[in-house]
Amino acid sequence: MMQRSRLFQRRSTPVLLMLGAGMALLLAEIACSGLCFADRLHARQRTAQLVAQLGLSDIALFTEARYTRHPSQADLFTPFQDAPGSLEHFPSGSLLTPPPHIVPTTGRARQSPPSPSSNQPDNRE
Amino acid sequence: MIELRDVARIYNQGQPNEVAAVRGVSLKLPAGRACVIKGPSGSGKTTLLMLIACMARPTSGRVLLDGEVVSALPEHFMARERRHTFGFIFQRFNLIRGLSVMENIMLPAYPDGMPFGTLRNRARELLQRLQLTHRAQAPVEELSGGEAQRVAIARALINDPPWIIADEPTANLDSQLVLRLLEELAALKADGKSLIITSHDPRVFEADLVDMVVEMEDGRVVSVSER
Amino acid sequence: MSGWKQWLARQRYLLDFTVAAMWRRRWRNLLLLLVYALVVFLLASVLFYGSALRRDAAAVLSEAPEVTVQRIVLGRHALSPPDWPDRLRGIRGTRQVQGRLWGYYYDRANGANYTIMVPSHFSPEHSLKPGEAIVGAAVKRLRDERGLGWLHLLSPADNRLLRLKIVRTLPAESELVSADLILVSEKDFRRFFHLKPEDGFTDITLRVRNRNEIDTVAAKISTLLPQARVITRRDILRTYENLFSWREGVVLAMLAAALAAFAIFAFDKASGLSAEERREIGVLKALGWDTRDVMAMKLWEGMLVSLLAFLFGVVAAWLHIYMFDAGVLVPVLKGWSVLYPQVALTPHVDALQLAALAFMTIVPFTAATLVPVWKAAITDPDVVMR
Ligand SMILES: Nc1ncnc2c1ncn2[C@@H]1O[C@H](COP(=O)(O)OP(=O)(O)OP(=O)(O)O)[C@@H](O)[C@H]1O
Ligand SMILES: [Mg+2]
Repeated sequence: MMQRSRLFQRRSTPVLLMLGAGMALLLAEIACSGLCFADRLHARQRTAQLVAQLGLSDIALFTEARYTRHPSQADLFTPFQDAPGSLEHFPSGSLLTPPPHIVPTTGRARQSPPSPSSNQPDNRE
Repeated sequence: MIELRDVARIYNQGQPNEVAAVRGVSLKLPAGRACVIKGPSGSGKTTLLMLIACMARPTSGRVLLDGEVVSALPEHFMARERRHTFGFIFQRFNLIRGLSVMENIMLPAYPDGMPFGTLRNRARELLQRLQLTHRAQAPVEELSGGEAQRVAIARALINDPPWIIADEPTANLDSQLVLRLLEELAALKADGKSLIITSHDPRVFEADLVDMVVEMEDGRVVSVSER
Repeated sequence: MSGWKQWLARQRYLLDFTVAAMWRRRWRNLLLLLVYALVVFLLASVLFYGSALRRDAAAVLSEAPEVTVQRIVLGRHALSPPDWPDRLRGIRGTRQVQGRLWGYYYDRANGANYTIMVPSHFSPEHSLKPGEAIVGAAVKRLRDERGLGWLHLLSPADNRLLRLKIVRTLPAESELVSADLILVSEKDFRRFFHLKPEDGFTDITLRVRNRNEIDTVAAKISTLLPQARVITRRDILRTYENLFSWREGVVLAMLAAALAAFAIFAFDKASGLSAEERREIGVLKALGWDTRDVMAMKLWEGMLVSLLAFLFGVVAAWLHIYMFDAGVLVPVLKGWSVLYPQVALTPHVDALQLAALAFMTIVPFTAATLVPVWKAAITDPDVVMR
């Protein structure tokens, strides 16, 4: 039988090393999150400027349907594509909740002013 | 000295499969001696050893160690007695699979949390004494019966307890190994350990080192003879 | 020897034992670790992606127009009449009132949806002459694949071809908001969509001088134009607060998967100790370990798997989201979109989120390994050993 190396003389050593490595990596990532990404922060600021210049209102994450491309601009009926009984069929639609300002029952109701659409029957549920 | 006062142990009390393994045993076992408990299979020898070694609590009666009742101690203290006062060699060795010889030997010392170097040196001394040094890193499932028993002995000695308790130590050994075991037990006795051994093997209870033979039958002590 | 040193040494010994014991079933345990780490990885990826996206969206949209005015007809968004901008200019506190022109265009050639938009007058650097276009980076990528510096768009109104020269690409770093944009001149826009000046605008945006007055301005607009729906910047920001929040579909699905996996492990554990495990606990107790030591040893077993799974899962998820731009998640999120922004999210570690994740992954798993041991650990060793 071969003599075990010093490192493996105790079974816990490699495991503790693994735990330590995991911990160190996590801490490094946490530190890096704050320190290594200044360029992305600047890019974000420049993007905000572009938003101001072009007057954009939404993020271009889901381009598959009107109400997923511009959810904040969507009206209550768009998601149903003219058929109020139809089921959600765009995958990204399930990632978005209806904007609070058009569905007062799911969002915090807006006190002032009441938008016309909030007077409409809430048949989204 | 260990003293048993009217000790009984009943398994599964109040159920249909109730077994009174030990009933009303009173016994004094002086320190520094080698004592053999003999009797037929199922007579309660193992159960009695467990009661002595603080591994089980008597259903009734008391166990005293050097005049103090140990059978009613809280679990934590019972565990400490098991660790520091008794070294137990099991009938079926009970080595832990997957651990090396060295690790098995060190096992009873783990709860004390002594520095690893100290513990390792102790274990190495024992390995040497029991001629196991070359097997130190071997997994225990690869050992022969005789080696396994020597590992069990080394494990019983790691905390240097005053009492060594062996349950049927010769059950799995051929005659040559029995002789060797008796030598080892004699050496332990010479070291000042007190021995309690169960056996129905005449080679054991007729051996020179034995000072006292207790005979059991059906959970009771039927005779005690001293030499 | 001081107390804590001894305690530490004991824990280390218990860990030695646990590792040795677990090594006996190394493939099973490694598989368990792997599967669990994968579950944590997916969960953490979704959480990180969602929260980073919410933060980035909130940061960039904090510059969105303070107020957007839409005309609603029959419950649907309709064109705003051409006189609305002037009528809104009359409201005190507003500035930069602007009729916006934007619309969607489905490109039959490649199945992509573009957002075609006329840049604001207030942004001279984006001003365009007829025949010119500025495109978002994702549009550019799609074009480059086909080796074109020109855009040919078939007008949905009259099937005439609009030929646009791409004069610029919007910076790739802004893809989160601009990936699918095609900026064109007003003249091209109106011709392309057959939108006469008297048809008005898609909607109206305006900026408000004093942000405390946004609600007042919005209220005034509602009174002035009863047909209008007013969307404030706060509404826009709120829309994105819920993006990928806990209730959302994918997260729920992932969570369900995680819980299912966990239930399987827990069942595996809770289905009781094998005779061998019970015996082993009996032996340890007989050798002088007390209940506490046995429990601590088993605690380490559960902790090791779940802690390692947590650490590896989270570390990998962080790399996945921030270094590899969510390569595993994006195909899922893309859905049917042909254009998808390549977004480099800004890392942010939320201590509370991490703590919740750690709690969720470590505590239940450890408890599940511990519970079945409890009974064996408190019984007398002689009974357990039989
Ligand atoms: N945990 C237990 N639960 C129920 N019954 C038990 C238990 N342990 C022992 N017994 C019973 O108690 C009796 C005495 O058992 P014990 O093991 O003490 O006998 P023994 O003298 O050591 O026998 P052997 O020589 O075969 O080892 C037996 O009838 C046995 O079946
Ligand atoms: Mg027996």
